[in-house]
Amino acid sequence: MTTARQVSRQSWSVGIATGAYGISFGALSVASGLDVWQTVALSTLMFTGGSQFAFVGVIGSGGAGLAAIAAASLLGIRNGLYGLQVARFLDVRGPRRLAAAQLTIDESTVVGIVQPTDELRRQGFWTTGIAVYIFWNAFTLLGAILGNAMGDPRRWGLDGAAAAAFIALLWPRLRSRDAAATATAAVALTLLTVPHAPPGIPVLVAVLAAVGVGLWPRRAAHEGATP
Amino acid sequence: MTLWVAVLIACAVAFLTKLAGHVVPEAWLSGRRTRRITAMLPVALLASLVVVQTLGGPGGSIVVDARAVAVVVAAIALVLRAPFIAVVALGAITAAVLRALGWS
Repeated sequence: MTTARQVSRQSWSVGIATGAYGISFGALSVASGLDVWQTVALSTLMFTGGSQFAFVGVIGSGGAGLAAIAAASLLGIRNGLYGLQVARFLDVRGPRRLAAAQLTIDESTVVGIVQPTDELRRQGFWTTGIAVYIFWNAFTLLGAILGNAMGDPRRWGLDGAAAAAFIALLWPRLRSRDAAATATAAVALTLLTVPHAPPGIPVLVAVLAAVGVGLWPRRAAHEGATP
Repeated sequence: MTLWVAVLIACAVAFLTKLAGHVVPEAWLSGRRTRRITAMLPVALLASLVVVQTLGGPGGSIVVDARAVAVVVAAIALVLRAPFIAVVALGAITAAVLRALGWS
């Protein structure tokens, strides 16, 4: 039997663990050329890690604002799909629905949907969302201030940290054959595009890998129900 | 477009995407192909960002430097199931140490 106490413990540990890497986002963001307040705005208002890393990654590699917006927005589409799933057990209206939408991210969705009852699912979703929100924003501010004080980001290896962050975000998603094929095609498309396109555009061209794999015929037996 | 405008537009799009999931009828996004494509979007984008962040140089050049070694170290750490924050820290330390030793 899962108890409310166990859900609470799960939620807060996920919140602290996830929130802690806000420090790397904060430092990388100022290293990419955003100021402390722009960095803080991304964490409070955008509040979806993958998109935030993508946004500052595109800006940091010299990309235009529009390319950064496009990359961040495409990475955020999954949150819309999470919303469909959590809305089923949340059943909220009005201002609480707006708050629920803002807290709809990987971690709150996962901790929510794995619980056995709707009551525990609601608790898991809200507690995890609030915990991540608190720690992610606190650590973002800390990282931005530290990053600002450090001077040349290359000396501290922050460009190596950014590359490591992207591969760490990618890693857990590589479990299926579809995912491996998509990643391989995306890498190839990027290498082919980088020398011929303005910064930021290769990442958008790589989206064709997802479209291609998604449209590829596949036997029904492989049909998965993963979110 | 100033950087601030880009930040705020991107934040607005992110929020509206989240909200859309809570308010649109489920049937809109339930097509099998739509689901497969949207499931693969983060994989394509993140794989591409790894390449750009690791090998991208000035003026569209491909450069192999300390960042490439940092990513290899990060990948080894991931195989060994290191947590996210440790992987990022190892990436930074690797690149910083190589630069301190004089290897770009």
